[in-house]
Amino acid sequence: MSTVKLTVNGKAVAVDVEDRTLLVQLLRDHLNLTGTHVGCDTSQCGACVVHMDGRAVKSCTMLAGQADGANVTTIEGIAKGEELHPMQAAFRDNHGLQCGYCTPGMIMSAIDIVQRHGGQLDEATVRHELEGNICRCTGYHNIVKAVLDAAGRMKVAQAAE
Amino acid sequence: MYQTTYHRASSVDEAASLFAKSSEAKFLAGGQTLLPVMKQRLAGPSDVIDVAKIKDMIGVEASGDTLTIKAATPHYDVATSDAAKKAIPALAYLASLIGDPAVRYRGTIGGSIANNDPAADYPAALLALDATVKTNKRSIAAADFFKGLFTTALEDGEIITAVSFPVPAKAGYSKMPHPASRFALAGVFVAQTKSGEVRVAATGASQNGVMRVPAIEAALKTNWSPAAIDSVSIPASGLLADIHGSAEYRANLVKVMAQRAVAAAG
Repeated sequence: MSTVKLTVNGKAVAVDVEDRTLLVQLLRDHLNLTGTHVGCDTSQCGACVVHMDGRAVKSCTMLAGQADGANVTTIEGIAKGEELHPMQAAFRDNHGLQCGYCTPGMIMSAIDIVQRHGGQLDEATVRHELEGNICRCTGYHNIVKAVLDAAGRMKVAQAAE
Repeated sequence: MYQTTYHRASSVDEAASLFAKSSEAKFLAGGQTLLPVMKQRLAGPSDVIDVAKIKDMIGVEASGDTLTIKAATPHYDVATSDAAKKAIPALAYLASLIGDPAVRYRGTIGGSIANNDPAADYPAALLALDATVKTNKRSIAAADFFKGLFTTALEDGEIITAVSFPVPAKAGYSKMPHPASRFALAGVFVAQTKSGEVRVAATGASQNGVMRVPAIEAALKTNWSPAAIDSVSIPASGLLADIHGSAEYRANLVKVMAQRAVAAAG
């Protein structure tokens, strides 16, 4: 057992876990943040993507100990109170989800994509960059539309700040 | 996953001494291969020693005719490094093709070459560029480092600290990725050194892991152009065959990827 100390969604936490605990297990089982999903559990589907120190990572492919001292943001941490994050709003408006299972990971990856590319996003780039996230319902079409829509909204929001 | 004990090393010496004290330890960098293998219970190290936060093991530096990538540098940082893009753009491009964005944020060059997956990208670059693998004990030429499937010259407890690449006159990389895993069905790295030597290495193709391709090297030595490879025939014997592609298919892919790599190198 070890005590892992990290910041999750802006809150400092200390959790006692077995050393073999994965970051996604710490989030879901110990902090009850079940918005982060486990899809394939083999590092391929991206349903477990969270941000660690500003980078989108697969939380099923990290030990909790590797996140000691890190700043982690999950899907629960991106809205401002009742106001959805522009990426969440764009997924809703563009019907970018059906069953919703992949959605938390899609949104966390998509925010990272927009942050990296800024306004330089086109459809081909979004499709290419989403290759680590698998959706089995939508055929990706509306997900891609949502990401492109959100890229514009995030740019506007950033300019306003 | 089996029980294990996690350690975070703050220096190379500390990592080596933690390893020496453990019964069956593994070094952990990005963990993008080791952790999935541990989750499947195909590996059950008593201890994992995290080297990813060792400051001396992170960074990309260009100095004179050498580009050095420290071992725990993630693929994303290589792909976006100004030093790498300027010195060896083909190498930065190769790093941008590994796995997916989330994997590239975590996976490292040291982890990739220590694992020596027969379809990994970096081994092709190391072999074609005649790179040197630096460890906490010695320097190893790439040609002596890769010893076949998942096998390297590393000794028990030896830690890769960096890889140095001589900057070539020209280099290019092209791969046909497996559509799901993004590992190479075949990937070819071509390089022309500043002294005019031509070196070509293929990954994903051979049953023995990364390999030089002498027939393509000879053709390019005479005439550095994609067309020079038209008449080259790659034997299928000794090449990988699986549900994704036969040995003959991969033999042809090596040729086509080499042509595309030369075209990209210019």
